[in-house]
Amino acid sequence: MKWEVVIGLEVHVQLNTKTKIFSGTSTAFGAEPNTQASAVELAFPGVLPVMNKAVVDKAIRLGLALDARINQKNVFARKNYFYPDLPKGYQISQMELPIVEGGKLVILVGEEEKTVRVTRAHMEEDAGKSLHEDFQGMTGIDLNRAGTPLLEVVSEPDMRSAEEAVAYARTLHTLVTWLGICDGNMQEGSFRVDANVSVRPFGQQEFGTRREIKNLNSFRFLEQAIKYEIQWQIDTLEDGGRVEQATVLFDPDSGETRMMRSKEDAHDYRYFPDPDLLPVRISGAQIEAIRADMPELPGAMKARFVDAFGVSAYDAALLTSSRATAEFFEAVASASAQGKLAANWINGEIAARLNREGKDIGACPISAERLIGLIVRIADNTLSSKLAKQVFDALWESDLTADAIIERDGLKQVSDVGAIEKMVEEAIAANPKAVEEFRAGKEKALNALAGQVMKASKGKANPAQVQDILRQKLS
Amino acid sequence: MSLTHQDVARIAKLARISVNDEEIAAVGEKLNNIFGLIEKMQAVNTDGIEPMAHPQDVSLRLREDVVTQTNQREAFQAVAPQVEKGLFLVPKVIE
Repeated sequence: MKWEVVIGLEVHVQLNTKTKIFSGTSTAFGAEPNTQASAVELAFPGVLPVMNKAVVDKAIRLGLALDARINQKNVFARKNYFYPDLPKGYQISQMELPIVEGGKLVILVGEEEKTVRVTRAHMEEDAGKSLHEDFQGMTGIDLNRAGTPLLEVVSEPDMRSAEEAVAYARTLHTLVTWLGICDGNMQEGSFRVDANVSVRPFGQQEFGTRREIKNLNSFRFLEQAIKYEIQWQIDTLEDGGRVEQATVLFDPDSGETRMMRSKEDAHDYRYFPDPDLLPVRISGAQIEAIRADMPELPGAMKARFVDAFGVSAYDAALLTSSRATAEFFEAVASASAQGKLAANWINGEIAARLNREGKDIGACPISAERLIGLIVRIADNTLSSKLAKQVFDALWESDLTADAIIERDGLKQVSDVGAIEKMVEEAIAANPKAVEEFRAGKEKALNALAGQVMKASKGKANPAQVQDILRQKLS
Repeated sequence: MSLTHQDVARIAKLARISVNDEEIAAVGEKLNNIFGLIEKMQAVNTDGIEPMAHPQDVSLRLREDVVTQTNQREAFQAVAPQVEKGLFLVPKVIE
């Protein structure tokens, strides 16, 4: 049977505020356990939550970027469950009236664009951390993370493969870091993904029974977990079994998902409006002020790069994978007026090197200015692509400008017609056999001759010119 | 509506309150009285009235994102039953 995969994602985006959502306690990462846990996070009797304005502003920013509706009246609710890293016995979240509803995100899968609908995004507080290892058979609780503001971004079940799910997660990750509302650090848990996965016979309207994979904190695990889960569900159904609704965990060591709890033990959260918090009201003026302060978004910038600089849609998508990369490209492309060359170098050589050295564009040893120097010399034919590569290597290793490197290493491409003609004539004289073959119609023989000329010029002759002059002389 | 024995047991479990079989009847009766009151309120016609999330019709005041709390771990942990290496210790829980 042919199966169709249906995936929806819930992403917990940790907002990069200085303080917690309901208290003035610092959210800085990596502090000693429980040194950033105040009476509010510890749920001491009599304390009340006091809402952080920055959380609302950042949620609105995301809502606008997702082209969603901002609910000007939204309400906090209590989600009730008992766990030691949640001392209150409930998480403050939003249920019926979330701040953001009905958005969309355009993703690129291979070369194809696809729109994924975003159901909602709501504000909530994070829980603390439970450490289960090695405390005389007890569990250790660190409440530093408790009360850290989160936006839970929920998609519609619009994705049809693991690749689409990863593309969606990556696009959302780019967007929240681009907007400056999340640091995007997945190792530290700033961006965590839950995946709802089901399969159904191709053509069937109703969804199959879904299982939810919890807490995936890397794109690789997200892809592995979904692929494993899809195969497991298909195998189960094809063997005549049934998929039961459940929550599962992904084990990166075995590459498998395993059941955490079944539907029977599913939580009954008994949501109700939190009487400690009044409704949040957002004025139209506040929304407009935030809109006016929005950066150009990756989608718009991508389209502009294609129009203004003539780069391909694929290149433009890579260039807008982070705001820093986009800004770097734009600086180089505008100053050099060589959009395609700039895109090729940034997406090619620079991306490969950064990747190899585990750096991001912010740590690129070649500044935009020095890259412009290189590209200008390629565009004006001072450098062949081979020489350009040599200059690039030297740029990476030193602080010199491209011109200084060309001067120092004598790398100027020879475009002087007289000099090239002389070398061409010598090559023709020295290789009568190749000349004969070419004249007999063997096109390849020309490359052999051109190779000889390039060798004689120590790689500095302009290759296009060499070809042209060779053809002239041999015709 | 009237709560059954099972309903009461389930609510008690969700609330992590220990209620034995003898107590369930008495607790159930009290809960049923409360539900009776709720039923009376639900009988009121509220068509076209927007539900309120809070009895007072005012909006939430927001604070600026500025650190105002200092580290008081020592004071908080002085009243905790058991601590180690800065962590609160609780009976082992693994879900």
